[in-house]
Amino acid sequence: MKTDRRGFLAGSLALALAPGYLRAESTARIVVVGGGYGGATAARWLGALGHDVVLVEANRSYTSCPFSNTVLGGFGTMEELSFGYGDPGPVRVALNRAETVDTTGREVVLADGTALPYDRLVLAPGVDLLFDALEGYDEAAAGIMPHAWKAGPQTELLRRQLEAMEDGGVVAIVAPANPYRCPPGPYERACLIAHYLKEEKPRSKILILDAKDQFSKRPLFEEAWAELYPGMIEWVPMSAGGNVIRVEPEAMTIETDFERHEVDVANVIPPQSAGAIARAAGVADPTGWCPVDPGTFESTLVPSVHVLGDACFAGAMPKSAFSANAQAKVAALAIDAMLRDEAPPVPKLINTCYSLAAPDYGFTVAGVYAPQDGLIAEVEGSGGISPVGAPREVRQLEAEYARNWFNTITGEAFG
Amino acid sequence: MRIIASTVATFALAGVAAAQSLPPPGATSCSGCHGTELSLEPFSAEEIVAALAAYRDGSREATVMDRIARGFTEEEGRAIAEWIAENRHED
Repeated sequence: MKTDRRGFLAGSLALALAPGYLRAESTARIVVVGGGYGGATAARWLGALGHDVVLVEANRSYTSCPFSNTVLGGFGTMEELSFGYGDPGPVRVALNRAETVDTTGREVVLADGTALPYDRLVLAPGVDLLFDALEGYDEAAAGIMPHAWKAGPQTELLRRQLEAMEDGGVVAIVAPANPYRCPPGPYERACLIAHYLKEEKPRSKILILDAKDQFSKRPLFEEAWAELYPGMIEWVPMSAGGNVIRVEPEAMTIETDFERHEVDVANVIPPQSAGAIARAAGVADPTGWCPVDPGTFESTLVPSVHVLGDACFAGAMPKSAFSANAQAKVAALAIDAMLRDEAPPVPKLINTCYSLAAPDYGFTVAGVYAPQDGLIAEVEGSGGISPVGAPREVRQLEAEYARNWFNTITGEAFG
Repeated sequence: MRIIASTVATFALAGVAAAQSLPPPGATSCSGCHGTELSLEPFSAEEIVAALAAYRDGSREATVMDRIARGFTEEEGRAIAEWIAENRHED
């Protein structure tokens, strides 16, 4: 039976529905912390490879950040963003918060005191928002100036504020310096908020106050802004005074190096770091992110701990759901090989990030990546952004593919 | 959504656990986009190889696949195509 394990798996199309079938064959214990795009995918693949996997996740369901800007645009719903863990195949799900990791004793300690021993640990905690990084922006401030950078109640709050705003109002989006979750996200958000305002409140304006002078897919966003929302969106780069140094939620003011803006709705996206459990486990370096081996995603700081997705420093790969999902599969195969004392395969990885500028207007940035000199580098000649000046049919097609992508990847991650 | 989702997961999971061959470099990334939607199941290995080659040299119109195909050599593309074809389900 043992030698047939993989053959059996290949033939077992109902694998995801057959919990417990293979557990007896694997003696290694794997704990995965975090049930987002990276962690949920890793858990399912490791389970399918016959390992004993526990997925630790604090929330009963996951709310997707990808596509959450469609809710702000008024054409997507929160229900479409919500995914449960009801059918995780052979993976056991612990609905609990991971408090800390004893990397010497190799145990994850949960909020209720339960200790989960592991042979291999996968941390996929996503990001923490740094509430002390921008003066005036603490957790309470997020109740007035939502970040909406973790989808859920914050998304709904920002949507309600947009709905309540009068025509002629000013919406500010405060965009952070690199690196942060979803590099094109703030600019897609400007588009989709503009899509809503153009229909309902056409005299309104969107002001993007940016801590940088460049951003992902900039030529495509600027083309879309001019074509779809002329005069509505103003981008203020750092060098033109976009860098925000202080916010005052009560007064609804945002202060930059040069100016004080009084706004009607403020979406403040603060600086970020790897999630707290990564820092507790000692896998984050002073940058706040987690350096990893580019072939296995094993931490370069703590052995037997792998870090995936937004929390890791993945070289040239951006912090995207697609990256997290691709990294999860690479890490799962690497862990499987390492547990059998085999050399992990040398991977290649793909990223594709879709952005919507309107419901029927999409474009992408893509890249192919491989390990190089201990880091993940983009393969020369690959990747890049959708062509600038492409006909509208191409934008329509990429908007359709964006939806196909969302359905496919959430199916793979969440079942 | 539910039905689509579980079929996609099955495709991917059946693929990873194939007896004969581990997925070649890059192959596991494909299922980020290609599952039940944008499915590769109707295509033979030869058809996938030909499509990747045409995307790579620009002779086939693309949205994103030209930018991805250029990240793989012909041999890598062939290995991926064969692995995908090998691991399609037969139902």
